[in-house]
This record gives sequence, structure tokens and C-alpha cells, in this order.
Amino acid sequence: MVAVSAQEAAPVVAKAEVRGLNFYYSDFHALKAIDMPVYEKKVTALIGPSGCGKSTFLRSFNRMHDLYPGNRYEGEIRLFPDDVNVLAPGVDPIEVRMRISMVFQKPNPFPKSIYENVAYGLRVRGESRRVTLNEKVEEALRSAALWEEVKERLQEPAFNLSGGQQQRLCIARALATDPEILLFDEPTSALDPIATASIEELIHDLKNKVTIVIVTHNMQQAARVSDYTAYMYLGELIEFGVTDEIFIKPKKKETEDYITGRFG
Amino acid sequence: MSAVAPGAATSMPSEAMSVRLARRRSRIVGERIIEAVLFVAALVSVFTTVGIVYILVKESVVFFEEVPFWDFLTDTQWTPLFDDAHFGIMVLLSGTLTSSAVALSIAIPLGTIIAIYLSEFAPFAVREVAKPFLELLGGVPTIIYGYFALLFVTPLLQKIYPELPGFNLLAAGIVMGIMIIPYVSSISEDAMRAVPMSLREGSYAMGATRFQTAVKVVVPAAISGIASAYILGISRAVGETMILAVAAGMQPNLTFNPLEPAATITAYIVQVALGDLPHGSIGYQTIFAAGLTLMLFTLACNIGGHVLRKSFREAY
Ligand SMILES: Nc1ncnc2c1ncn2[C@@H]1O[C@H](COP(=O)(O)OP(=O)(O)OP(=O)(O)O)[C@@H](O)[C@H]1O
Ligand SMILES: [Mg+2]
Repeated sequence: MVAVSAQEAAPVVAKAEVRGLNFYYSDFHALKAIDMPVYEKKVTALIGPSGCGKSTFLRSFNRMHDLYPGNRYEGEIRLFPDDVNVLAPGVDPIEVRMRISMVFQKPNPFPKSIYENVAYGLRVRGESRRVTLNEKVEEALRSAALWEEVKERLQEPAFNLSGGQQQRLCIARALATDPEILLFDEPTSALDPIATASIEELIHDLKNKVTIVIVTHNMQQAARVSDYTAYMYLGELIEFGVTDEIFIKPKKKETEDYITGRFG
Repeated sequence: MSAVAPGAATSMPSEAMSVRLARRRSRIVGERIIEAVLFVAALVSVFTTVGIVYILVKESVVFFEEVPFWDFLTDTQWTPLFDDAHFGIMVLLSGTLTSSAVALSIAIPLGTIIAIYLSEFAPFAVREVAKPFLELLGGVPTIIYGYFALLFVTPLLQKIYPELPGFNLLAAGIVMGIMIIPYVSSISEDAMRAVPMSLREGSYAMGATRFQTAVKVVVPAAISGIASAYILGISRAVGETMILAVAAGMQPNLTFNPLEPAATITAYIVQVALGDLPHGSIGYQTIFAAGLTLMLFTLACNIGGHVLRKSFREAY
């Protein structure tokens, strides 16, 4: 494990370690030799201009690229404490996704009730005891700050919820299975400012429980919610560091240009 | 100065203007014509339907002047050509329902499984080969299916169950089911493929397997399209004629046992229509009453399907 001297009191521990990650969409080399730690119970933001590979990088963590033919990983993403390389060919992507959950850009609730949406991950894992399900569903909805709004109508279709509520439902769905890492790909880009604020607040609260990696286009959002920031450009990781340092005195010229809006 | 200017100054622009106006007018006329053609095309289909219903109802009214409606529904014999004539539609309806049930118990499960396989599991190459083959299955003339049932499937079934008569609802129903598979599978598959990838990704991201994703997310998301496919399958089964006329026999028989021969409504209609019954005789009139029954039955299915679709309306 990598221990890093922290500004905060609690010791910072790596939850995952990306080592020499290359990714290819068939012939297209989308991620180039990325090395980066992901710290436990911290929020890591991935920023960079459109097309630089943020989503591609994020989707490597839970092996989403395995769903499409022709995609290829090289290198490692080691997950701690058991130090397993999630990209190893012998590792079942389903096992990985059981530990690393994901929330997408557009809310994508299933055509099921609110309750069943949240219970989905548990059912997929073979859980069918009503008491456990009820308990977990409530806990997840509370963590996603949605419980009070939906507790009276758990059996209604999820589509009846507003966009912001749907996104919080998707967060609840991802939380219900107690993931170790939660991946967010621009979770607020389809939401209005109020819904965005509530999701940001939620992310801030969640980091007590879970390690978070978030892709965002919004500099203010990255500055507000994250502890660490990674700046990517053309498939490369240009700079990684504590968010305040990246935003106040970045080491690289490119990072500074991007952050100050001179580029991108 | 102002007295000269207007004529000279406006003549040029007004000419350009009138050209533009004329162009616009001709475009509007063109659109009107297209609209009218489309409207007439739509009217033709409406008139055809109305015409069919009109004839069926008009001729059935004549029939029901002779035969009490209650007898039509409850009589257990169908002997329109005998001296002691009976007109119990249940006799024919039982044949239709039994053969349709056999066909649908094959076409719906197999069609759905094939659709799930093609949409969610099959590699691209397999799908490209399988789809045209399936569609071919739906394009084979039904008379060929009829003889396939009579000359191939029935003898095969007789090996298992020797008492099976040469004409029977089972063989006809099985073959009819095979014929209907592509209708069910291709519409269901289209509905499933229309389910956005983001829903599947959501399911995979939760750690679901391909099978769980297909059954728990994709099928429910496509349920209204799948229901349409089933309704179409039912309509095809109920309205199918040739296979039954050839392989299930023409003998009216009040039975729900697929191992027996029985005439269906459609088989009866071809039989009478091909015969030499005089127009206007009560025997001739029966085909309209039978036809109307069939039409109402299919209509009920379609309305049922429509209601079902409405209540399952998905909005992903
Ligand atoms: N399925 C794919 N096949 C081939 N190339 C792809 C595919 N998906 C993405 N790419 C390419 O990979 C690069 C990185 O894409 P990615 O979606 O990761 O960018 P991003 O940083 O998330 O951008 P955005 O901010 O617009 O979401 C882009 O050049 C993109 O064109
Ligand atoms: Mg992206």
C-alpha cells in the first residue's frame, strides 16, 4: 500500500493504483501509460478537454470496455487491500463490478419500481430475503438523500421521478451493494443547478463511506467536490495532485492554461 | 422628385417579389397535392375495412333473422347443410382455439427465446445469417406448410402415438406455430434492440450477467413491443386457414383435444366458399356469421393488446 503524507490528520491510504495503463479501441490508442493512485475515502476528479479520455479511463476501472469487441487494456489497476489487478485477463469483470459501482452521465433507471431499481444489485447477487432487501433499500435511499421523497411511493415506476431524483436513484442503486469505489461520469451534466447542488452535496457526504472517482467538465465542481484532481490531455495524464494545489499553483503549464480557461 | 420615384423604384422589387410569391404558391400547391394523395391512400384502407365490416354485418343480419343468436352461441352442433340444421359456432371456435393454443404454445416461447438470443447474445455474423432464414420461414406459402403437417409431421407423431388420426389439430397447430415464430421473434427482437445501450450498461455496471441483463432489464424495457409481437402472432394463428384446412380436416367437431380432427372457422369458410351452395341460402349465409365472429375475435385481441401496451408504456 502507498502511504502519502497528508495535509489532513487521517493517514491517506491508496484504494487503487493505476500502473502503466494503456487502452486501445481496436487500433486507436486512447489511454497512454497512465500512472495514478486513487486514495481511499477521497474524491478524485478527472478533468480535461472533451475527447481526452476521461470516460475511457473511468470505464477501465469497472471493465466496462469488456462489453464491446476489439477493446484492449495493457497495464494494471491494482485494487487494495487484496492487491488484485482488476485488468488481469483471469479476473472476472463481474467480480470487479461487484466491488466497483458506476453512475452514468444520463440517469438510466430500469423500467421497474423505485424499490426494485435499488434492490437490483442485491437481487443480481442472489439476495432474496425480504427483510435484508427492505433494510438495504432504505439505507441506500437514505444515503442518496432520496428516502424522504420516495418512502411513500416505493412501488411506483422509477420513470415518474424527476431527472435529479432519477440520478439520486441511480446513486442509491449503486450504493445498495456497498461498493468499495464509486465511479461517476459527469453525473450532473444532464441536471439543473439545484439538482446539481444536491448531487454535489451528496458526493461530499458519501466520501465518508466510499472512495469516489468523478469525471467532470465543470472546473468549479471539481474544485468544490474533490480532494485530488487529475488533468488529462490526449489520452495522457498530465498532472495529478491535491485539488487545491492543482487549482492554485499547478506544476505544468498545460494544466494552468486549461484551468484558467485559456484552452479547452 | 417623390412623384417620379415610386413607379421606378418599386417596379424591380415587386417583380422579384412576384416571382418569389409564385414560387411559394407553387410549393404550397405541390404540398397540397401530396397531402391529398396521402389522404386518399389513407381513405382507401379505411373504406376497405368499413366495406368488409359492412358486408359481414349486413349478411350476418340476414343469417340471424333465421337463426336465434342464442342458439348460435350455445348449440353444440354445426350442421348447416343437414335437414336438421344446427348452427353452434362453438363447434368451429373450439377448433380455432385449440389449434391456436397449440401454435402459440410453440411460437411464443420459441419466438421470444430466439429474439432474446439474436438481440442479446448472438455474434454479429450469426445474426446476419439467421435473420434472413427466419424471415424465409414466414414467407413460405401456407399450403406448403399444410402438406408438411399432413405428410410429414402427422406420420412422425403417429410413431409416438399410433392412435393419432390422419387429420388432427396437433400437427396442424405445431406447424402453424413454426410458421408464426418469425413474426413473434422479429418484432420482439426489434423492440429489444431499440432498448438503449445505457440501460444495459447500467445493468452490467451493477454486476449483472448477460442473461440477467437480458431477462431483468431488456425484456421489461421492451415489453410493449413484445406484447405487440404476441398479439400479431395470435391474430395470425386465429386467421390461419390453409394449414388447418389441409391437415386438421374439415369435420366440425366440438373438442378441445388437439389429438382429434376438427374444422376451424377459417377452414369452414373456405370449404363453403369453394362449394356450390346457392347464394342467399342459409348455408351460404353462415360464412358471414362465422367471418364476423372471427373478425370480432381478432378485434378483441388487438384492442386487448392496445390496452396492454398503453398500461406498459415505457419511457426510457
Ligand atoms: N467506442 C469507441 N471507439 C473508438 N474510439 C472511441 C470510442 N469511444 C471513445 N473513443 C475515442 O477515445 C477518445 C477518448 O474518448 P472519451 O469518451 O474517453 O473522452 P472524454 O474525455 O470522456 O470526453 P467527453 O468529455 O467529451 O466525454 C476520443 O478521441 C474518442 O473519440
Ligand atoms: Mg466522457
